[in-house]
Amino acid sequence: MTDVTKLSAVEIAGLVANGDASAVEVTRAHLDRIGAVDDRVHAFLHVDTDGALAAAKAVDERRAAGEELGPLAGVPVAVKDVLATKGVPTTVGSKILEGWRPPYDSTIVERLRAAGTVMLGKTNMDEFAMGSSTEYSAYGPTRNPWDTERIPGGSGGGSAAALAAYEAPLSIGSDTGGSIRQPGAVTGTVGAKPTYGGTSRYGLVAFSSSLDTPGPCARNVLDAALLHQVIGGHDPRDSTSIPAPVPDVVGAARLGASGDLTGVKLGVVTEFTGEGAEPGVMAAFRESVEALAKLGAEIVEISCPHFKYALPAYYLIAPSECSSNLARFDGVRFGLRVGDDGNRSLEEVMSLTREAGFGPEVKRRIMIGTYALSSGYYDAYYGQAQKVRTLITRDFTSAFEQVDALISPTTPFVAFPIGARTSDPYQMYLADLFTIPTNLYGGPAISVPCGLSEGLPVGLQIMAPTMADDRMYRVAAALESSVGTFTPPAL
Amino acid sequence: MAAISREEVAHLARLSRLAVTEEELDTFAGQLDVILQSVAQVGEVAAADIPPTSHSVPLTNVLREDVVTPSLTPQEALSGAPDAEEQRFRVPRILDEDVAS
Repeated sequence: MTDVTKLSAVEIAGLVANGDASAVEVTRAHLDRIGAVDDRVHAFLHVDTDGALAAAKAVDERRAAGEELGPLAGVPVAVKDVLATKGVPTTVGSKILEGWRPPYDSTIVERLRAAGTVMLGKTNMDEFAMGSSTEYSAYGPTRNPWDTERIPGGSGGGSAAALAAYEAPLSIGSDTGGSIRQPGAVTGTVGAKPTYGGTSRYGLVAFSSSLDTPGPCARNVLDAALLHQVIGGHDPRDSTSIPAPVPDVVGAARLGASGDLTGVKLGVVTEFTGEGAEPGVMAAFRESVEALAKLGAEIVEISCPHFKYALPAYYLIAPSECSSNLARFDGVRFGLRVGDDGNRSLEEVMSLTREAGFGPEVKRRIMIGTYALSSGYYDAYYGQAQKVRTLITRDFTSAFEQVDALISPTTPFVAFPIGARTSDPYQMYLADLFTIPTNLYGGPAISVPCGLSEGLPVGLQIMAPTMADDRMYRVAAALESSVGTFTPPAL
Repeated sequence: MAAISREEVAHLARLSRLAVTEEELDTFAGQLDVILQSVAQVGEVAAADIPPTSHSVPLTNVLREDVVTPSLTPQEALSGAPDAEEQRFRVPRILDEDVAS
């Protein structure tokens, strides 16, 4: 009997559609795998066994009734704990929301259910998606299946590790500064950040509203594209949702898999290939660029002079938005309340609640944002960062007049040991050096495995123009057809 | 020179409604100083004439038709509240003094 946990989403959907496996069997196999390995990986914060089996049973019944099933029906999916799931605990990796069971589904989860996918549970993350290692989760770190002494990236380390540990064939992440792509890179999996506004933020716990973008994670490019197709598209409940159809990401992934990139012009970002990246990462990247050239792509160097200011601009803009967004955690409407002894005032209870409920990185960012927005500092910090954002956007638009897509390593270094960067918050921020510019611009980007450095995965990032998500899938699938996929050692 | 003092951090914590401990103030003061000195690099960019970007989507004032649609029941809306009473969120006292006496 085939081990279904090793199969792709496409293969699983095929088995279910043909009646070669039931959705319940597929779901049980994944729940068993989670039971066998998750004490070592800790990808999940909550496993919804009953909900998953009920959803799988419903798919099997629909098939038995002769109903037509969607392309991912019966395929298990793990959802980052940043998305509201009706009746299923949603913590955002924070103590402040411990035990909260949302009374509604986020749009992404609603669409996953409608497509007949089977939600296995909620995955671990850095608290409020602030971090690059999942070590800032209030519930303990997730471990990288390639080496359980190392980080799985963050903030969506749980969603990436669940794929690499074969606990789920698909997962959902959210990317504010790299939280889908960087975990994908360091776990040898595929992670795509759609165009901002291409996927709905309704029911996504807000961190930085002008940057937050939910998106698909998978073990191969076509699976990611199929998931993107299911979750993407206009949502009237999100006023920043783009009223346009999802670009043909599935068609583009299939086209790219043919391995022909003739006529495609790719720009290597000069600023991201010098100092700053580990030699092993650069070596894997250079080899992949050669592979892309062999597939027919024309490769040129492109300078984006303002990209080096993306990191500082981001660490002003994102904390500013976070300090405003997280004001809603006031101990009144949901989650924790601390110190309400009948004598303390609302303000005292609020301060004690937030002190007890938020971890150190969240507190740092709230205070940085409060500082950057305060009168006297606003122009020099937040205002200036917004102007730099304009210049970074202009770098992108001018680059895309010359090339179809930009490429770079996804992250400067491979998975680092747990504990290596927690004492110096700014060292942690550097993990997102190459992923942040895209968020400020709003375009799509994908990380695809491109090689190994000292036995650990390296990702290549493809950045495309706004609403040209299909383009990055074509290039990613072509690269995958050349370099293959990467399998971690057995857990 | 430090970009931010311990006293300023204490002020930020008050504005942020965070009842931080003395020990945290010591840690945060050093860390916020490193972060602020690093992000201050944005000041190197000549951007006086550049318009700011607040978001990347070319949409403004997205409105919907004013129609009634189903929403949460009061029970559902209050289901996550730490404390509720008579279909309302119950909050700690808001005034400093007991106005009833």
